Amino acid sequence: MSGQSRSGQSRGVIERSLATFVDALQHTFHAEELAKKRGLLQRLDARVKIVAILPLIIIAALARQLTVICALFTFAVAIALLSRVPPSTLAKRVWLPVLAFTGLISLPAPFLTPGKAIYSLPLLGWTITAQGLRSAIYLIMRAETAATFSILVILCTPWTNVLKALRVLRFPTALVVIVGMTYRYIFLLLQTAHDMFQSRKSRMVGQLDGRELRRTATASAGVLMSKTLQLSEDVHLAMRSRGFRGEVYVLNEFQTGWFDWVMLPLFTGIAVLAFWFGR
Amino acid sequence: MTAPNSAVPVFEVRDVTFRYHAVTALDGLNLTIMPGERIALLGANGSGKSTLLSILDGLYFPQKGGVAFCGQPLTEDRLQTQEIEFDFRRRVALVFQNPDVQLFNPTVFDEVAFGPLQMRWPKAQILDRVSEILEQMEITHLKDRSPHHLSMGEKKRVALASVLILDPEVLLLDEPTAALDPKSESQMIDFLVSCSGGRKTVVTATHDLDLIEDIADCCHIFQSGRIVGAGTAAEIVKDHALLLSTNLIHAHRHAHASGELHSHPHRHGHGHGH
Repeated sequence: MSGQSRSGQSRGVIERSLATFVDALQHTFHAEELAKKRGLLQRLDARVKIVAILPLIIIAALARQLTVICALFTFAVAIALLSRVPPSTLAKRVWLPVLAFTGLISLPAPFLTPGKAIYSLPLLGWTITAQGLRSAIYLIMRAETAATFSILVILCTPWTNVLKALRVLRFPTALVVIVGMTYRYIFLLLQTAHDMFQSRKSRMVGQLDGRELRRTATASAGVLMSKTLQLSEDVHLAMRSRGFRGEVYVLNEFQTGWFDWVMLPLFTGIAVLAFWFGR
Repeated sequence: MTAPNSAVPVFEVRDVTFRYHAVTALDGLNLTIMPGERIALLGANGSGKSTLLSILDGLYFPQKGGVAFCGQPLTEDRLQTQEIEFDFRRRVALVFQNPDVQLFNPTVFDEVAFGPLQMRWPKAQILDRVSEILEQMEITHLKDRSPHHLSMGEKKRVALASVLILDPEVLLLDEPTAALDPKSESQMIDFLVSCSGGRKTVVTATHDLDLIEDIADCCHIFQSGRIVGAGTAAEIVKDHALLLSTNLIHAHRHAHASGELHSHPHRHGHGHGH
């Protein structure tokens, strides 16, 4: 999204953030389309998918051998291709953001870590060490690999099935219900906040000074908070109205097939090998 | 709770007063609802209709007066007993005005299955009943969708399905056609007419006068937490003085080609003029 409004006025941080979050809602539609495709991960039962991928994420984050981390990354890309997830989607949603974030964190490492000097920056004269560069690459590759596996699970599974699988796998029910309801209502509240800002903007002429902007932002936050509390009260009443007495009961509708029982040992085998060689 | 008896009122509301802090929502209200009746509670915003529905659904309890359900007092203490509460929740269902409040589950399927699951129905029975009700409400194609991806009309139908699955004897509806486009509104009215026939008692809170002739035999007009008039739907829509005084219609002023300016009672409908 552009940082400039049509009128050329620069938009505030809050407004830009809200617009970005509302835009994220549109991405969920795209994610659901990917989850409906006929691919390798899409064919797997949600529980099997989580059980198969979770160890790979942990091992990728802990492995001490760069070759093993690179092999896991290659495996993740292969799974993505077999699951019909375009590399451009991965690049846009995972690789570039993770590179930017971890790159920033690891930026000082090549210069500050003591070791064998391999290059000196012209003009500045700062020295890059082999050990420092290696640490930075480790950090980036671990993060990229773990994030790629994680996003593949999310992209190739309807979000609702991820939640159900977590409940079936005995994750604490209260936690899963809270995550599910947060996901359910976050977009509603963000849309409400976005509409409030749009409504104010449509009735405003000229620019507000910093103090006025802070005052209106605080007032809007207060109104939104009040609406959120009212919504939570109403949702609780709606739950009670249908028999909720403090404990949520769920249906386990998952069914495993032969494909799950072939893929689960394969993924587990790869995880064991990666763990062994990555020590 | 006792089984319905045609001689015993489903609800008996006696001298009920309810306040939200300093605001009086219901003020010494009396109302009797018999089994199988189709009742409309008419009133402008803030007249106390929604509060009464919440009290009839055992979500709020009056500060003064009392409510009886099928001859038994409807109190917070009695609903603490699981057996009594499950029996009451199965027999009385409320459809909220804002469907986003009622649709809190990740998918439409989960939403419809929520009530029976809480009441510990057997799994096979839940699966059968969910399929049946989704088909009946023509929303089978939405079963795996998340509620925030649905249109307002679809949300309202899912909200209705989520309570109809329990096959309640009493259906409490809060503004069932609010914020619907004409087509969705027409579909909703058809559903309400079809499910209100027979043994169900239906209480609808609305300010939509075009709706009441289809879904109610008897109307009660609310103003400031009191019932200020009652009658059949046909009688009520003709009583312009009562409707004007309770803000259900307003005097509409307009000029004719001759330049003459006059006013007459006016109500906002949909699809046809006044």
